[in-house]
Amino acid sequence: MLKFLKSGFYTTLQDFGRFGYRNIGVPVSGVMDELSVKKANILLGNKGEDAVLEITMTGPTLIFELPTYICLSGAQLSPTLNNEPIENYKVIKVEAGDILSYGKLESGFRSYLAVKGGFQGEKQLGSYSQYNPVTVKKCFKDGDEIPYAQIKHYEPVITELKLESHLDRDTIEVFRGPEFSILTDAQLEALFSKDFTISKKNNRMAYQLEGEIDGHSESILTSGTLPGTVQLTSAGKLIILMKDGQTTGGYPRVLQLSEAAISTLAQKRFGDNISFKLS
Amino acid sequence: MKEVPLAIRPFGEKAVLVEWPNKVKETILNDILTFINSFKREHPSIWELIPAYNSVTMVWLPSTKLDFDEAKTQILESYTGKHEPMENERFLWKLPVCYDAEFATDLIETAETLGFSVEELIKQHTAHEYIVFGIGFLPGFMYLGGLPKSLQLPRRKEPRLDVAKGSVGLAGKQTGIYPQDSPGGWNIIGNCPIPIFDASKKNPCFVNAGDKIQFQPISKAEYDLRKIESEIGIYNLEKIPLNA
Repeated sequence: MLKFLKSGFYTTLQDFGRFGYRNIGVPVSGVMDELSVKKANILLGNKGEDAVLEITMTGPTLIFELPTYICLSGAQLSPTLNNEPIENYKVIKVEAGDILSYGKLESGFRSYLAVKGGFQGEKQLGSYSQYNPVTVKKCFKDGDEIPYAQIKHYEPVITELKLESHLDRDTIEVFRGPEFSILTDAQLEALFSKDFTISKKNNRMAYQLEGEIDGHSESILTSGTLPGTVQLTSAGKLIILMKDGQTTGGYPRVLQLSEAAISTLAQKRFGDNISFKLS
Repeated sequence: MKEVPLAIRPFGEKAVLVEWPNKVKETILNDILTFINSFKREHPSIWELIPAYNSVTMVWLPSTKLDFDEAKTQILESYTGKHEPMENERFLWKLPVCYDAEFATDLIETAETLGFSVEELIKQHTAHEYIVFGIGFLPGFMYLGGLPKSLQLPRRKEPRLDVAKGSVGLAGKQTGIYPQDSPGGWNIIGNCPIPIFDASKKNPCFVNAGDKIQFQPISKAEYDLRKIESEIGIYNLEKIPLNA
């Protein structure tokens, strides 16, 4: 077991999502930043989509009860193992009793902890991803435990990745959304020339942006929405749906983020600036 | 229904949006459901299909790149192909609703606004069959059509932060059930003791798009009983096959 001495601000178990239930309104869920998670899982010889802990802004304090190998990725949260600093994107051996904790958030917003073989836990509708009411738990609390397999020896093919990071990127690549054609010249000009600031209203469901563009009076029949769908409200606010986002919506879907841009946005927090680039 | 020209467009890198004419009509819904049936049969388990009113959002599940042109061809072949119409089993579900003041926080006000007595409002609300045009927004939230004009009133000016699970509401052209505790601005006139969404069930949502819903008034005592039954997994729901 991995035990939560402290749970951190918002720590959840996530794989790559819950598929096949969107027709009954169940969001896909899954890790917000797939790019970071794939890298960590690959270093551990896992499947890219094996379940990891998604750690938001303030990290937990965790004690390992079995030996294994771990890899951290995503946001830079000043992690330490038994008070010794450790690095992201490195395979690290841990022993029973080792304590992993986190410090200051240096860059990004969501950090990941992958373990050799993946975490297990409450599997509902084919996925470990925590999303209440599908899973009982919404996120971890102090004292919670999560199972993983004991691994005494693992010889990684590569032990470390040094790759260009998407954490510093602030350009969000988008495609035309289904209702792109309702946009006026003035709205288009504003969308692709202005910077937008991440508002306080940002979470796994959606990111709302500050900095409005002109409003509109178009109404559409409720229709499907996806992670990365950019909705434009009649007041001119932009709302970007994320992994726990609603499966249908009634606001015009003016843009759709590229898959890579969803990972980029997942590392943004309140006050960060982004700009859109049309592909 | 006669075939209509479909609008087929890419929706990001991993999805295709298929649209029927921009109308809320049962014939369009039926055409959509027939299409979904034949497409699923021909292309099993590599697409997730999300119907809502006049559209189907089709999400490509494999990790390989989605080829939009190929998908479009497959969609059109499936739509125009001469398939045996294999109808899904569709049901009329009779859902119990308790209109007791304990849950129905807006019942008296709503009846006044609509110009009915409370009894008349309950009678009207339970007299009609509502068709499920799609399930979305939240797990188990049904988009119901067919609310008569006499029951249409605007949503509340200020949304409530915490509307109880099972709350039955009226808002605009819609009536429906809140499947979970959530914020909401609908006028609450009752509560349904049967959970519309239950993740512990193999089929977490018994209702499907194309089904119909009729509400049945129950007393507070019966509500309490049905609530206890459903908590231990007994639903005893009345359902009538629609295409028998």
